[in-house]
Amino acid sequence: MSNDKTPTLDRRGFLKASVATSMAATAPMFFMKDAFAKGEAFRNSPKADAKTITLGFNVPQTGAYADEGADELRAFKLAVKHLNGEGDGGMMNTFKPSALKGNGVLGKKVEFVTGDTQTKSDAARASAKRMIEKDGVLMISGGSSSGVAIAVQGLCQEMGTIFMAGLTHSNDTTGKDKRRYGFRHFFNAKMTGSALGPVLKEEMGTERKTYHLTSDYTWGWTQEESIKETTEGLGWKTVKTVKTPVGAGDFSQYITPILNSGADTLILNHYGKDMINSLTQSVQFGLRDKQVNGKNFEIIVPLYSRLMAQGAGKNLQGILGTTNWNWALTDDGSKAFVKSFGKEYGNPPSQAAHTCYVQTLLYANACEVAGTFYPPEVIKALEGFKFDGMGNGKTEYRAEDHQCFKDVLVVRGNDKPTSQFDLLKIVKEVPRSAVEYEAKVFGGDLGPYKV
Amino acid sequence: MDAILIQLLNGLDKGGAYALIALGLTLTFGTLGVVNFAHGALFMLGAFCAVLFNKVLTISAKVKDESITFFDAYKETPYLELWWGDTGATIIDYSVPLSILFVIPIMLLVGVIMERGLIKHFYKREHADQILVTFGLAIVIQEIIRHFFGANPIPTPAPDVVAGSAAVGAFFGLNENLVYPWWRLIYLAFSLSIIGAVFAFLKYTTFGMVVRAGMADRETVELLGINVQKRFTIVFGIATVVAGLAGAMYAPILPPDYHMGMDFLVLSFVVVVVGGMGSLPGAVAAGFLLGLLQSFASMNEVKAIFPGIDQIIIYLVAVVILLVRPRGLMGREGVFED
Repeated sequence: MSNDKTPTLDRRGFLKASVATSMAATAPMFFMKDAFAKGEAFRNSPKADAKTITLGFNVPQTGAYADEGADELRAFKLAVKHLNGEGDGGMMNTFKPSALKGNGVLGKKVEFVTGDTQTKSDAARASAKRMIEKDGVLMISGGSSSGVAIAVQGLCQEMGTIFMAGLTHSNDTTGKDKRRYGFRHFFNAKMTGSALGPVLKEEMGTERKTYHLTSDYTWGWTQEESIKETTEGLGWKTVKTVKTPVGAGDFSQYITPILNSGADTLILNHYGKDMINSLTQSVQFGLRDKQVNGKNFEIIVPLYSRLMAQGAGKNLQGILGTTNWNWALTDDGSKAFVKSFGKEYGNPPSQAAHTCYVQTLLYANACEVAGTFYPPEVIKALEGFKFDGMGNGKTEYRAEDHQCFKDVLVVRGNDKPTSQFDLLKIVKEVPRSAVEYEAKVFGGDLGPYKV
Repeated sequence: MDAILIQLLNGLDKGGAYALIALGLTLTFGTLGVVNFAHGALFMLGAFCAVLFNKVLTISAKVKDESITFFDAYKETPYLELWWGDTGATIIDYSVPLSILFVIPIMLLVGVIMERGLIKHFYKREHADQILVTFGLAIVIQEIIRHFFGANPIPTPAPDVVAGSAAVGAFFGLNENLVYPWWRLIYLAFSLSIIGAVFAFLKYTTFGMVVRAGMADRETVELLGINVQKRFTIVFGIATVVAGLAGAMYAPILPPDYHMGMDFLVLSFVVVVVGGMGSLPGAVAAGFLLGLLQSFASMNEVKAIFPGIDQIIIYLVAVVILLVRPRGLMGREGVFED
């Protein structure tokens, strides 16, 4: 006799197992979602009984863009306040469709930590890594440079943390360097070109010769490419494109060759301090007083920022450019945000502040819609999301490249400012349809949902 | 020919700025033996003296924009204009040249305090210690300025009458459309005047003679019962004033920001090394030489043959000169060689 009971599979057992396996395999995914999402371990997943979640705001707190970074930080703090149900709610009152309840995100109060990017890619990555690994943040946002944004976006993809980019205007951010975990609300160089084109044609005609001075990094390169494409499409000729090192200070050595180049239009693909210096010096060299090819010499600054405009003073008056948003807009969303920000800080928000505020609300809303913080589900909630009431009219987060599409503002340096903030005059609100392009034009690959 | 004239002027203009900063650095090194990495910050402080002077002159009556209720937006009218009309406006317009009167005492004071309060404790320390402490000081000065004035450049325009460009082409019988900014020409003349004044002061005054003697052989001069140290402290103050004046007058060319000193510092050290450590004529000659080289290297015709040459020309020439003349253009034996 033997008491050994060797496990055997009888016919009934086999049938039961087969049926169970088949049901599981063929069950619709929506039955699976909650269990899958909640059961899935992901980085910094908040515990069920956690009362708070933490977001990471990575902005330039030192260096040349520190003022812009400070304004971004103000906007982030305001967004957190509004998400937690404090203050007047700002754009949460105008944002639609909104799942935000003013009780934090998914019932958990929002806290935040900050980092200093120093506008350097390595410092920004180190700061973001610290926030993800040590502070346990669920989302990273911020930045004032495309080089930094692309570097941090790459890191976030590797680490499975969502990156809601702040101010970044390079085509590459949502083009060849796009990532599944990265989202950009700000417009880009391609959209700047599309928005500026018709205004340039109307004001300056179809026979111009351009000279580009371009910041020698990703943003400058893509802006030059996009503006060239636009102006050459108008029939303008490009005489020369010259790359200038970032932070050159004295641009006179780059400006003097323009004087005899035969160009009648200078396009400054510079931002921040470089823009202030190159523009100031171009005016000093008499470019705006010159007559070339029987036309008045013109200067164009494709990307404007009000904070930077303060530095250029009178030199900026009358010069055309574009901006993502301006505090003087009169739609309900803009008014609500300007009111809220103005009461809190005593001055109007910059475009950098606006995009950071909006990005924070959009992330929070996506979590509410997804019903989870699990990044792949939050990403799916953001992809293709259409919304309104955030200051730029009807907007869509395009699923194919994570680029927001919305109206773009063409502005001009105000020659009759009524106050210290009244530096840019809106020339035209270019509709979204005029700046849209196909996602495939810039290539790139978003990468996987699960990392 | 037109392009050559423009690049020549531009090179001289750049060279003037390099020479002025390098002159101050060399004065400090030649007298006190201190490698002052805070010199760039002193240049920046001078520029911010001009900014501060302008801000004081433009203290304004504010008229609130009543249409904006969420924050305080206002139109500003300077009190000087309200009180004195056009005269007040003219004073504000000339704020940069007038700021020289403000810069001289302030920078002299800064220099003396810096030397007596910090630098003197490092005379007998290694050069590496001096570099570390002065570099640290430069960062402290920078951050103080950033705290009070922000990180963005602040526009500080030249007087309207010289804000435009001079018709240099017509003056030299070339293309009539050839122009060059008035303020840059003024800056060139100003830097040449300051350089001339410093040389004259050192060469033709008793004070200068003692300083030069002290630079050559300090021990012997001290044995004669002369307090060399006191004079060197004053020379440090003068070097500070030179840096401050260079910065203040540069403000209309480069809207001042807290980091502008650092941008010049590295280049100025190259100028000093190329000129020869401790040699005042060397610093001035190297300043103009490198300014001219940088300017001509940035011509499109040159860059077509050597792409990117404008970025490296200064360092390339520095390497060549140091290989051929290890003490620099006018360096003396024994200086910085112990």
